[in-house]
Amino acid sequence: MAKGVKPRVKVPKTAAAGETITIKTLISHKMETGRRKDGDGNVIPRSIINRFTCAFNGNSIVDVNMEPAISVNPYFQFEATVPEAGEFTFTWYDDDGSVYEKKKSIKIA
Amino acid sequence: MKFTRRETLAVSGAALVATVLPLKLLASTSDLISGITGGAEASGDGINLTAPEIAENGNTVPISVDAPGAVAITVLAAGNPTPGVAKFNFGSGSGAQSCSTRIRLAGTQDVIAVAEMADGSFSAAHQTVKVTIGGCGG
Repeated sequence: MAKGVKPRVKVPKTAAAGETITIKTLISHKMETGRRKDGDGNVIPRSIINRFTCAFNGNSIVDVNMEPAISVNPYFQFEATVPEAGEFTFTWYDDDGSVYEKKKSIKIA
Repeated sequence: MKFTRRETLAVSGAALVATVLPLKLLASTSDLISGITGGAEASGDGINLTAPEIAENGNTVPISVDAPGAVAITVLAAGNPTPGVAKFNFGSGSGAQSCSTRIRLAGTQDVIAVAEMADGSFSAAHQTVKVTIGGCGG
């Protein structure tokens, strides 16, 4: 498991039924491309997060396949409709097999 | 060893080809687009790609794509060592088929977005981003 990985998610606490909300996610990760070399000229092996998904009550919102061209600390902003109260599940998949998960619930105002 | 004029020309010609070839290997924008669409024609409507004209730091270039009615958007960077950047698949709970992120660019190049619409058609957009400092390490 890569060190210092911390997922952060910004979701409003409440929304009107059927409202479209903006979600921002950030996960701290060094996203090593596999192209950099260390001081001795050895290639630093690739270590990135290769997939990110967001689902609301089991319904997929967005599913992103990521390549090494995604910057350090991958950031995503996207929109979701909220038909009812429930829970957002955010999942990040690391190259090394680790899975980072974060959940956020939302109420109907 | 002494070169005749003809031999000299042949050698320098071969050297020229050797230096030009790597440039040819960099895929062109239209080739990349047809690689995603499988050869189908991509229209330019219905997709918005927002990227800065000049990015000072190629390590984090903010981009956003927006394609109403798309099921998937693929983002490519034509001048990167590997052109693939990301593929966004939008599900049923998606409020709008748009997404913003930050990408790495190795140098001044075209950023391409190809959207696959629900009816199977494709739309593509591209924008040139000038990069002052490349972001691929080295």
